[in-house]
Amino acid sequence: MSAPITEHAKALYIYPDSLTETRMRYCPGCTHGIAHRLIAEVIDELGIRDRTLAIATVGCSVFAYEYFNTDAVQAAHGRGPAVATGIKRTRPDTIVFTYQGDGDLASIGLAEVMHAAARAENFTVIFINNAVFGMTQGQMAPTTLMGQKTTTTPRGRTVEQGGYPLNICELLAAIPGVAYLARETMTSPKYVRAAKRSIKKAFQAQMQQLGFSLVELVSSCPTWWRMKPLEAFAHIEQNMLPQYPLKVFVDKAAAGKEERS
Amino acid sequence: MNERKLMSGNEATAEGAIAVGCRYFFGYPITPQNKIPEYMSEHLPEVGGVYVQAESEVAAINMVYGAASTGAYVMTTSSSPGISLMQEGLSYMIGSELPGVVVNMVRGGPGLGNIGPAQSDYWLATRGAGHGDGRCLTFAPFSVQELYDWTGRSFTIAQTYRNPVMILADAVLANMIEPCRMHERREHPKQPPDWAVGGVREGRPRHIINSLYVDLPEEEQVNLRIARRYEQAATEEVHFAEYGHEEPQILVCAYGISARICQTAVQRATEAGVPTRLVRPISLFPFPTDIIAQWADRVAKILVVELSMGQFVEDVRLAVEGRCPVELMSRTGGMMMMPEEVTDRIVQMAQSD
Repeated sequence: MSAPITEHAKALYIYPDSLTETRMRYCPGCTHGIAHRLIAEVIDELGIRDRTLAIATVGCSVFAYEYFNTDAVQAAHGRGPAVATGIKRTRPDTIVFTYQGDGDLASIGLAEVMHAAARAENFTVIFINNAVFGMTQGQMAPTTLMGQKTTTTPRGRTVEQGGYPLNICELLAAIPGVAYLARETMTSPKYVRAAKRSIKKAFQAQMQQLGFSLVELVSSCPTWWRMKPLEAFAHIEQNMLPQYPLKVFVDKAAAGKEERS
Repeated sequence: MNERKLMSGNEATAEGAIAVGCRYFFGYPITPQNKIPEYMSEHLPEVGGVYVQAESEVAAINMVYGAASTGAYVMTTSSSPGISLMQEGLSYMIGSELPGVVVNMVRGGPGLGNIGPAQSDYWLATRGAGHGDGRCLTFAPFSVQELYDWTGRSFTIAQTYRNPVMILADAVLANMIEPCRMHERREHPKQPPDWAVGGVREGRPRHIINSLYVDLPEEEQVNLRIARRYEQAATEEVHFAEYGHEEPQILVCAYGISARICQTAVQRATEAGVPTRLVRPISLFPFPTDIIAQWADRVAKILVVELSMGQFVEDVRLAVEGRCPVELMSRTGGMMMMPEEVTDRIVQMAQSD
């Protein structure tokens, strides 16, 4: 009898230690699940689960403290970066990340994220931008595209009524306290791999105490975009990426290497 | 050490915190308490502590929330408008059962008001702490020494009850200079409390700091647990002081800076032939209900003196439960009454029977 196949096979896909087995509450076709998994894989690969703290914020990801298999703190709406500051200043030996949507980060929490970056706080922000308030049922967000219909822009976003979309990475790129800054998406395996690479670099920047790091993930919300999952992915590529181009804006670790060589 | 030194109320508040091991301060400038963050920024680094100037009071209280999650002795200080902005964060701290110390050097209001002394945040302090079914344990010192002592005590009280503690003072107490006896600075506790976050390193299960309970019976249980802590505080942390005549005709109730004024007024009224006594609550929540109820059976009338248009008086009336008439003497908007005005009022009350 031949040996079982598992003795020779290399595991390519295992459940990350850094995710609990709690059933997630996210909608079908939503990219929160991919984002959670990528973060968990990075935490596993860096071997930091036992000193990582997840900061859950307010929005669809409010239950993130149930999903990440680490110590966790739930923060008030938009205040994740202030809470992370308080934790990191008292326990600099920990690894801290906030997980924030566009309502949380770009609307009510804009001051907190900008000033955390300005102070070069040593923590990581994962910014989920799906251009809509998901948990409250699809209202306009600061990142909502021009012309996009939401439950509070029923005729489409106009400048007169709702102003212009806010590009968070482009704002943060001007702040010297930022050590790693990238915008990624998750609509194809290629993009997913790039997103994971950026998340890892953001955590590594924190581990090297280089300053503030943020990865924006251009994400889908099929439910409140009223699209099928694949239509939502097509919408990201066709309509969101022109407004939110994928880019590594800041990579101080790489810049340091170039200077040294 | 037991050093005795002249210092302002703001300085005594800051040093009182450092002296019991507070090593983390997050704040935002606002008059009349600026000397506290200035003192912290100067002295916390000497003892390995951290001072961070937040971008707002909203951020400051959430930094306190984060630091408190790790079990740290942490403090913020502000004045009325800034305390308004901290209400959300205080509610989250109560809901997540986190300790922390908040000092309010009350100024005249409403709105931007002025930087004069006031007691118009009594409700904000004792009823407030934002939305939901929770309150701040609240203490009202009336001297520089008491600001030092009570700020220090607040840290252990906050840890015991896993609830924020508010120190309620005012612009005069913040800036007046008096002798203050200090003890030696103690270290920050080495061992974090058993509920704190900090990583699952020690092989323990995950710790989660959270105030979200979508299961309604579970939220009710949490609120009942918080309420039981307040009941426990009502048996362990009721504090008050009494001055004046042993068999009074008139009882005066005042706290904080108003009580300083009333100390003089009560003595003069007694000298003028109206036996008068002062009860000064130090703990405002829990409130010293029993002592006021006991006196209410034995005096003709009670005079409440406060620097607001009738907030503290409601707690006195709840304690008195109609046993005797309760009158109110107020100044507001940063103004204060003179001791002789209080004496005159006491004498008038005695004569109008």
